[in-house]
Amino acid sequence: MKITRDEVQHVAALARLDLNDAEVDRMTGQLNAILTYVAKLDELDTAGVVVTTHTQPMINAFREDEVRPSLPREQALANSPEQNGESFVVPRVIG
Amino acid sequence: MEYFSLTAHEALRLLESGEVSSMALTESVLARIDAVEPTVQAYLTLDREGVLRQAEQADIARKKGQAGPLCGIPLAIKDAFCTTTMPTTCGSRMLEHFVAPYEATVVTKLAQAGSILLGKLAMDEFAMGSTSETCAFKVPHNPWKKGYVAGGSSGGSAAAVAADECFASLGSDTGGSIRQPASLCGTVGMKPTYGRVSRYGLVAFASSLDQVGPLTKDVRDCALMMNAICGYDPQDSTSIDQPVPDYRTSLQAGLKGVKIGIPREYFGQGLDPEVDQAVRQGMAMLKEAGAELIEVSLPHTDYCVAVFYLIAPAEASSNLACFDGVRYGFRDRSADSLIEMYNKTRSHGFGDEVKRRILIGTYALSSGYYDAFYKKASQVRTLIKEDFARVFTTCDLMVSPVCPTPAWKIGDMADDPLAKYLSDILTLSTNLAGVPGMSVPCGFSRDGLPIGMQLQAAHFNEDVLLRTAYNLEQRAGVVGKKPVIA
Repeated sequence: MKITRDEVQHVAALARLDLNDAEVDRMTGQLNAILTYVAKLDELDTAGVVVTTHTQPMINAFREDEVRPSLPREQALANSPEQNGESFVVPRVIG
Repeated sequence: MEYFSLTAHEALRLLESGEVSSMALTESVLARIDAVEPTVQAYLTLDREGVLRQAEQADIARKKGQAGPLCGIPLAIKDAFCTTTMPTTCGSRMLEHFVAPYEATVVTKLAQAGSILLGKLAMDEFAMGSTSETCAFKVPHNPWKKGYVAGGSSGGSAAAVAADECFASLGSDTGGSIRQPASLCGTVGMKPTYGRVSRYGLVAFASSLDQVGPLTKDVRDCALMMNAICGYDPQDSTSIDQPVPDYRTSLQAGLKGVKIGIPREYFGQGLDPEVDQAVRQGMAMLKEAGAELIEVSLPHTDYCVAVFYLIAPAEASSNLACFDGVRYGFRDRSADSLIEMYNKTRSHGFGDEVKRRILIGTYALSSGYYDAFYKKASQVRTLIKEDFARVFTTCDLMVSPVCPTPAWKIGDMADDPLAKYLSDILTLSTNLAGVPGMSVPCGFSRDGLPIGMQLQAAHFNEDVLLRTAYNLEQRAGVVGKKPVIA
């Protein structure tokens, strides 16, 4: 077993996903199949191999820190499920 | 001859000579959509009124002598590109009613070129899939055979072009999502070099792999679309500032002096004999056109599925953290606390495949597993990239199959995610190496399903891909063959 039911539940909690029992069972089986397959990477000795995170030889894309027009607040709020004209409204955080 | 069945460059010639108006072209395409869309199911949004208004404006612009290079041509785009005039769902309940406050750079560029935006096309949810079956709203059918997949994730983009429901479309390609549906639907598809086309306004899946590209009826149209969308964009920090050639200019050059590598590993176990045969016939045509064929090797090909299905989900799990029900998209309103709201929103808003990839990605990045999974995969990615660099010192491009099989039935492999992932084996490395790749029709199976040939070249060598593809197209005898849509 590459990943247990408990670990699937732990990872789901980290990812802010609720899974019901049937989903945990199904995902545990499927994730095991996938993780068993990807373990084939262990066949390769990668000691000293640098990682690739970007395929082009570029480091940083800098620009001048100038004030430019940005998205008007009204538009930024327009897609929110709940807002009060000034900010996004969410359920109470502190009890 | 119905206008809708023309290629974009043929339609442009008629527009330029005044033989047809954009309005007539557009009405022809709309009538075609009415006739075949109940079967094909490619469109998530069709902007009928907006389209006619744009056609009218295009005709006025042309009369005034202000016609851009795509003036009056009706196009459609994958529903992953932000548009301000219609919703952008990305195939997900999470974004069902989302109308973006800004427009993707490629959408702006196509509008500046004068084209008309018909609507938004079906796709796998958040571009995660190889069949477009994970789309929350509808599943496009392969125009060549009802009940068969159009491929994915840009399945709607390929199906709409193949069914003449638009003159050309845009897709995005993270691991084959332009080339594979193009191959299964018999259209041309190009994934440009990483950084060649701006991703600003493309809903992100895996940021180090995603790239935007066209799906078209022929190779010349692909060059036209590339001319319109390529180029540096300060809004995308990964876009690269390199001059954009006129991609039409090299099409007609023959293949004399062009060296084509045949990667041995791409013709291995699991390759359908009909695909093998069609691609080998295509290779013989390229030789006839003057190219020299040599065998090459990409020894780490067998590891690309494992590398991709760690790196892409890892990046996706991070990119999709923004869908939390706060600023845009779906929110589950039954929750009493913020954390419960996050959990319920994400659990009800995302489909199964998206959840699966978020879980794999979160696991691969989590404490204690990062080195064994994400870091290891990123190291093997270096080995894959080096394979490509080595091969391109000995040849100008490589040709191979795109997908190991022709299209399959909708519903097959539905419960076996790993089997689906393995079918991507021939297209994933292109993205891992960041090089350009293309799919060009080269034949049909006995069942009448299209088969594509994949072409890959070194960074920024899209012109050699187009030139080779054009030579193949001239000889393969597949241009103008149309599906009969019942």
